[in-house]
Amino acid sequence: MKMLILVFLLAIAPPVTAQVPYERILDAASEPGSWLTYSGSYGAQRYSTLDQINRDNVDQLQVAWIYQTRSTQKFEVSPLVADGVMYITEPPSDATALDLRTGRPLWSYRRSLPQGIVTCCGQVNRGVALLDDGVFLGTVDAHLVALDAKTGRVRWDVEVADHTAGYAITVAPLALDDKIIVGIAGGEYGIRGFLDAYDPVTGERLWRFWTVPGPGEPGNETWSGDSWERGGAPTWVTGAYDPELDLLYWGTGNPGPDFIGDVREGDNLYSESLIALDPDTGELQWYFQFLPHDIHDYDSTQVPVLLDATFEGVPRKLVVFPNRNGFYYVLDRVTGEFLVGKQFARQNWAFGLDDNGRPIENPETIPDRDGAVVYPDDDGAANWYSPTFSPQTGLIYQNVRETGATYFLADATYEPGRIYMGASRRAVTDEDPRGFLRALDALTGDLAWEIEVRSPPWSGLMATAGGLVFSGTTEGDVFAADARTGEVLWRFQTGGAVYANPITYMSEGRQFIALAAGSGLFNFALPTSPARR
Amino acid sequence: MLLVVMRRLLPLVCCLAVALAVGCAESETAEELAQGRLLFESQCGSCHGPTGGGGRGAVLAQPQLRRATDDQALENIIRRGIAGTEMPGSFLTPIQVSSIATYVKTLGRVEPEEIPGDAGRGAQMYASLDCQSCHSLGGQGGIIGPELDDIGARRNAAHLRQALLEPDAFVPTGFLLLRVVTGDLRVLDGVRVNEDAFSVQFRDLSGNLHSFWKDELETLDKLWQRSPMASYEERLSPAQTDDLVAYLVSLKGSP
Repeated sequence: MKMLILVFLLAIAPPVTAQVPYERILDAASEPGSWLTYSGSYGAQRYSTLDQINRDNVDQLQVAWIYQTRSTQKFEVSPLVADGVMYITEPPSDATALDLRTGRPLWSYRRSLPQGIVTCCGQVNRGVALLDDGVFLGTVDAHLVALDAKTGRVRWDVEVADHTAGYAITVAPLALDDKIIVGIAGGEYGIRGFLDAYDPVTGERLWRFWTVPGPGEPGNETWSGDSWERGGAPTWVTGAYDPELDLLYWGTGNPGPDFIGDVREGDNLYSESLIALDPDTGELQWYFQFLPHDIHDYDSTQVPVLLDATFEGVPRKLVVFPNRNGFYYVLDRVTGEFLVGKQFARQNWAFGLDDNGRPIENPETIPDRDGAVVYPDDDGAANWYSPTFSPQTGLIYQNVRETGATYFLADATYEPGRIYMGASRRAVTDEDPRGFLRALDALTGDLAWEIEVRSPPWSGLMATAGGLVFSGTTEGDVFAADARTGEVLWRFQTGGAVYANPITYMSEGRQFIALAAGSGLFNFALPTSPARR
Repeated sequence: MLLVVMRRLLPLVCCLAVALAVGCAESETAEELAQGRLLFESQCGSCHGPTGGGGRGAVLAQPQLRRATDDQALENIIRRGIAGTEMPGSFLTPIQVSSIATYVKTLGRVEPEEIPGDAGRGAQMYASLDCQSCHSLGGQGGIIGPELDDIGARRNAAHLRQALLEPDAFVPTGFLLLRVVTGDLRVLDGVRVNEDAFSVQFRDLSGNLHSFWKDELETLDKLWQRSPMASYEERLSPAQTDDLVAYLVSLKGSP
């Protein structure tokens, strides 16, 4: 009888091309052929249970189709896939829907941008959010735009912040139940950071959490004078969500001005922190500050990865965080309690972490007029690109950057929309900057294996149930490694640097791997059988 | 004393000389110059010399800059570097870039350096030492070492002298000697041409190109700060060294 009803419902249901209700994202694990949210699931593990492509056959992987963007800016997209359509963003602030069968565009939204956009590191965008029949896009002129998923037509377009004051959006929004969460960039321009929630139907702002508290709010006392007004702490990388705890997790960036701390004495809350918010109200539930009073521009804007594990004999809900500062953190995600902090990359700015996870800093790395040599440099040991966790191996995988620079202290003068930094940088030139893919025990941070790549990478990672980890390199390689051993099982030279996160999806019974390199979005699959050609 | 007088007169001279080449910043303030000088010393001085006299980087203390043909070009180079050279891009604010550019333009007011030695004899020395087996001039010669057509515009005399006497201490940025052992246990030395995660390309000292997947190699050693050029300290008298340096400094390339 049930089957009959189902058949009946299917028969009368209108043809739906992009209905992605909250419940589908919540239950993303039940449809691994789709990729419905930035990190694949709210837990942000960027892990797929698909295993058609696996250790035994990955060496046959080949290009199925490529989409070329028209822009020469970095192509940082993490695509979404639902119901036969891939939704991507293209730099600077465009969105395109692609037919999964053929790679052909179905629609494009091309944004006209005003003159004078300022972004520290390229006019880039990391992807859209899908919710119901809407596509949600942040723009470098700091707007949030809702598009019709079928046509790309604009439904609403709201200003999130004033781009002329250095605010910009590069982050992929996160769709929750009846709300779109979006962060802000501009930590090098003296902005005051925040995280926002918007009504997906009307575009009305539901709440704003200021990552730099104002006068009278707890934490404001960690900023000397009026420095909080330009305190930075941007929120430019997509966070994670735990539906059971109903907590939203998000990393925050550097305090402003970068590199010079004298003008903002104190711990500078909630910069360089992981914040846990009530998604209905935006109220802070807990925070953990990785790096009080940062003077190295180590934004803690990485993807928080949620995992449940038995930790020291006790089942716990954890959040793990390979930080740009070179330390790997394990926290209790119910309370924010610090559990583990372990160095995973070359660094000289801290002698270690104390029992509470607070760094013991090396004063010789404080930028001064004569120049201080600092490892890692301000691009960090990690950055915005995603780590991945494989439940099969219990390992967390992180692309690691090992390079230093000399920082010379300079004066920072605030002018709205102008860069606000207290040092200049000179690269270390008598050595090759180094890059690695490292596999760490997720509970201890201990190194399991590593692959040295050439230059420090800007590629995210994805693990699959095929026993594989997919990555890219700055020299244009895309490759798959055995998730247990680090043996490279497949590689392909794309000819363009990878600044993007990989995803996987199913189309017509075949598993695909998608990863942008250069200006191309490459889609790889196993060869089709002769009968299907 | 003469120097002091020169310094006082020089801004005017600069405006005449530089105006032809790069235009003259009319609103160059003492504060901007001081800021530019501070930044130049920290950011640029280690290669271009603390007063722009050159070194690893080009001599900037000259009235006309080869690549920075106008103000915009100068600022663009400071901001973005020069592709295919050792000049990197920078991480500076527009104001900082502008103040460095302002300071760099004043460097043209410095007197050119006096070089001992005879460039004509140096040219004969260049030929007799068989420098062209590794270096090229006017399209003739080897490809292992840096091209020398404009070496006199890119390096100052002191740097060239030291590079001849102590080659390992003056290896150009990006120049890397490799030693590989192949799967069949051949040992090959060469200069890296390119490398990615899985492959490496290099030229051996005869100029032959080799390309390997890294998993075809037993070992791959990177010999940082090592030059295939042997020191000339024992092989040249001080006077001969002066002549060779004078010749190299005279190689300015086409403007």
